[in-house]
Amino acid sequence: MSDATSINHELEAGFGDYFALLKPRVMSLVVFTALVGLLVAPVSVHPFVALVAIVCIAVGGGAAGALNMWWEADIDALMLRTRARPIPSGRVARGEALAIGLTLAAFSVVMLGLATNFFAAGLLAFTIFFYVVIYTMGLKRRTPQNIVIGGAAGAFPPMVGWAAATGGVSLESLLMFALIFAWTPPHFWALSLFVKGDYARAGVPMLPEVAGRDATRRHILAYSLVLAAVSLALGATSVGGPLYMAVALVMNALFLRAARAVARRSDADSDGDRHRAERALFRLSLLYILFMFGALLAEAGLKSFGMGGW
Amino acid sequence: MRFRPDHELHRRRASRNYGLGAVLLAFAALVFGLSLVKARENGVPGLRQAGAGAPAITAGEAGR
Repeated sequence: MSDATSINHELEAGFGDYFALLKPRVMSLVVFTALVGLLVAPVSVHPFVALVAIVCIAVGGGAAGALNMWWEADIDALMLRTRARPIPSGRVARGEALAIGLTLAAFSVVMLGLATNFFAAGLLAFTIFFYVVIYTMGLKRRTPQNIVIGGAAGAFPPMVGWAAATGGVSLESLLMFALIFAWTPPHFWALSLFVKGDYARAGVPMLPEVAGRDATRRHILAYSLVLAAVSLALGATSVGGPLYMAVALVMNALFLRAARAVARRSDADSDGDRHRAERALFRLSLLYILFMFGALLAEAGLKSFGMGGW
Repeated sequence: MRFRPDHELHRRRASRNYGLGAVLLAFAALVFGLSLVKARENGVPGLRQAGAGAPAITAGEAGR
């Protein structure tokens, strides 16, 4: 061989690049909601087993993120928001992301099964399958309801946490699932109203591009009403209580007011004040999920002191 | 004698190696800790007998 090959040192991956494959920001929401699901369950879990369960759920979520990046490398390269990710930037090969994703998925599911129970492990495996195969490979590029379907994948972690403690499903865990499921569309559609053009460039059929921006505003309000109903219903179950209900009433009133403000505006209004109402709704949605799950955790904490709950 | 400073390439490879080492150590610690907790919660059959004060060999067995 006479060719002298040069190595581009900038493309050598560091540890952080592999960690970035796991989508750490998404993982933080997964960890928080799974932890709440596990801690509010009526069965106590040894703290170390709880730690292992949360690590497994976080790693399983990360594995799904790596597999998502493996599949979406082509469209990630086209979008401003995603083109610095490890694969489109050339630092990590697609095959590496696939190998890491599959390995971590297998490890997290088996370890969760051994640490807690195999029902929770099966639910975690289904979550990864749903996010990677049904959402990423199947529906994301085909339907403008992609956010609604993708939201289901993000809604599973509290159910997995609950299952890790109890070994099953209950009304409470289903309503925690429904809370995140109904929260995701207004959260992402508010974002998509002020981050324009990226998805259109990649050919992903987001609702504002397909059904129109006014229709998206109405969808946001409709899902916000569903979200309010679900969150109040959750408050009436065994994991709710007066504190949760008070937080739910305040947060839902604020959320509905912000969603109505977005629904009543035209695009011209939105451009006029640089999407103030849309940005406000997006920021509020982050606080909303933090406060609602925080209130569930607080109720569980109060119960251990003989207070809280109904 | 002075060594040449590390190239950026070596730093990236070192970060990968140390990172992977830390992940493997953390995994070993989790499995070890989990084994201890499970053994304590569920008990290990042989150990539980001895721990309960039962003699390791019964009188009948000793006489055989």
